[in-house]
Amino acid sequence: MSESVVDFDVIAKILQKHKNDPSKIIPILQDVQKEFRYLPKDALLYIATTLNIPPSKVYGVATFFSHFTLEPKGKNIIKICDGTACHVKKSGDIIKALKKRFLLKDKKVTSDDGFITVETVSCLGACGLAPVIVLNDEVHGDMTLDKVMKLMDDLEA
Amino acid sequence: MSENKQENFFLTVDNIKVPIEGERNILEVIRKAKIEIPTLCYNSELSIHGGCRMCMVELEGRGLVASCSVPPVDGMVIRSNTKEVRGIRKTVLELVLANHHQNCYTCGKSTVCNLQQLAKDYGINNIRFKRREKESPIDVGLCITRDPDKCILCGQCIRMCSEIQSVGCIGFGFRSSDAEVLTAFNKNIDETECVGCGQCTQVCPTGALMNTSNIKDVWQYLNDPTKTVVVQIAPAVRTAIGEPFGFAPGEVTTDKMVTALKAMGFDYVFDTCFGADLTIMEEATEFVSRVKNGGTFPMVTSCCPGWVNFAESFYPDFEKNLSSCRSPQEMFSSVIKSYGPKMWGINRKDLKVISIMPCTAKKEEKDKDKFKIEGDPNTDFSITTQEFAQMIKECGIDFRNLADTPFDHPFGEKTGAGVIFGSSGGVAEAALRFIMDFDENPPAEHDFAFKAVRGMEGIKSAGIELNGQKFNIAVASGLANTRKLLNDVKAGKVSYDFIEIMACSGGCLNGGGQPTSKDRDYKLKRMAGIYKNDVDQKLHKSQQNPDIIKLYKDYLESPGSHEAHHKLHTHYEDKNLKKKYGVEK
Repeated sequence: MSESVVDFDVIAKILQKHKNDPSKIIPILQDVQKEFRYLPKDALLYIATTLNIPPSKVYGVATFFSHFTLEPKGKNIIKICDGTACHVKKSGDIIKALKKRFLLKDKKVTSDDGFITVETVSCLGACGLAPVIVLNDEVHGDMTLDKVMKLMDDLEA
Repeated sequence: MSENKQENFFLTVDNIKVPIEGERNILEVIRKAKIEIPTLCYNSELSIHGGCRMCMVELEGRGLVASCSVPPVDGMVIRSNTKEVRGIRKTVLELVLANHHQNCYTCGKSTVCNLQQLAKDYGINNIRFKRREKESPIDVGLCITRDPDKCILCGQCIRMCSEIQSVGCIGFGFRSSDAEVLTAFNKNIDETECVGCGQCTQVCPTGALMNTSNIKDVWQYLNDPTKTVVVQIAPAVRTAIGEPFGFAPGEVTTDKMVTALKAMGFDYVFDTCFGADLTIMEEATEFVSRVKNGGTFPMVTSCCPGWVNFAESFYPDFEKNLSSCRSPQEMFSSVIKSYGPKMWGINRKDLKVISIMPCTAKKEEKDKDKFKIEGDPNTDFSITTQEFAQMIKECGIDFRNLADTPFDHPFGEKTGAGVIFGSSGGVAEAALRFIMDFDENPPAEHDFAFKAVRGMEGIKSAGIELNGQKFNIAVASGLANTRKLLNDVKAGKVSYDFIEIMACSGGCLNGGGQPTSKDRDYKLKRMAGIYKNDVDQKLHKSQQNPDIIKLYKDYLESPGSHEAHHKLHTHYEDKNLKKKYGVEK
């Protein structure tokens, strides 16, 4: 049966780590996403059927939180804060420029070559550094359009 | 809180003093004062959602509150129809309608739609907000049709599916303005673990979830002069079909149904109670033979296709416990298609069998390959009570004032044992009426009732003694109750010899294909109608049915014979969810 791209042993280990506890569904999904960079469909079905919770419920949790993604993410992940402070400090311009650079649109957040995923987040809690971005888990504050583009050039180099 | 303690507690609503008697919210207390609080998401049998905000009232000292979510407290003073409350309800309706399809003319729920009714009651003649255009595809499953554009996100279907049925094949997906009621990965409903019970369609306040319609297919056969069209009507239909025509729930209209079907052009009209009697002959014989030969216990009934689907998906380890008997629908259709062509001198391909059922799951059951012969289904189409009512209306038949017509022969006779199949506990009782005749001191002829297995309780049990041996019987209705019972059986907490299971709470009388009712006591009334109809029958035991006796004599030899096994029994599949979704290691 195992034609799936997902290695169920890996997920089984994650489930065991959380003692197969259905109430730990969010940390379980976080760990699975860390492993696969997204939540593969078969992984969610395996989790649901192993924990005896309806697949619709796991799907509901996975689609409710914007942190989770059901599509594979890019090799690099850039999060641009669009909370009130960052928004006022023109984070919108950065988002627009990045989307243009990597040919992205409303719901299309990952570039075709899988190089990068551009995400907007609501508030990173670092309003004093507005506008803020997080590039591959590294926080960069007081951003300008030029600074962001320089970071992208370095990334692509 | 004990009842005594609450005895002197009251609240006042619109100057009416109402006692508090253990209600979970002020909404239920207010309704006792005969003031109707409108709701879209509230259902007294489900947990509280508090999402629609239609039930807002003014509570002195606290201002506006959702009455579904506030527990009653002694001395509360409530106003349920102030200018502000009425204004809020109208705004809520306008907002919901702005998000709704609004094509009432072509919607199958029109005239029985809760949303439409409220819009009318509250005089909504103008919607100030721009309609949100959505174009979601309609998912037409074998049993259930989902039209997401009509969904108002009340969540009643989700709570019904998970709380009462413990299936949970639909849930909320996404969030905020993107929120939708979805299956996992938005798959078609038929590709999920849905058991087809249709209870979601019973609670849906709009046309977002409905019985899948096969009316056109039935008309096609009726319009074809080369076809002999036979129809069988299930026991529970007679106790509810009158409701769309002004009869009270539980008013039995058997003979009017026959007249209506004859007027529509059906060639033969038979009673599925005959199929139920046949089921008892086979199932009770199977039980007796398991006792004699040491078979698997508890033996569990298999007449409910929603339950059979549930067992195959969630309790595959009970495969051997399930009776091998087909459902009454499938037994009867098999008999008609096997022996009908000879009887009436026609080809099998020109014989079409339609069933009228209180049930949506029967639509999926009849489509199973194991109930087809060379691709030709034994039951050509199964329609619900709702669809039957629709057909009567299409024909302009004045159902209320119809004359009576008896069923056709040779399968026209029935017994009360077949009739009570429509109620939870009925199959167990009918089986007992058969089995107890094997006792050295069989009960007296007039003493046919086994009241311990009757009633609306989710899990019922009883004990009998047969030739000195004790047998324990359990009856469950509603699949969450079923899950509880079977888990207790598996854990060894309880021990039973015979278990009857019906997927819908109360049994078929509350099936997913029955008309939706505004009467809050409709289940009890329909149940009373069924047991009254049992008393009205001449015979009360399946084994006394003369047409059944003749059927065995002419064709089937004896209950449990080789021929009977071939025509009336079946086998089950292991459809556990890991296998179904292809995620086995």
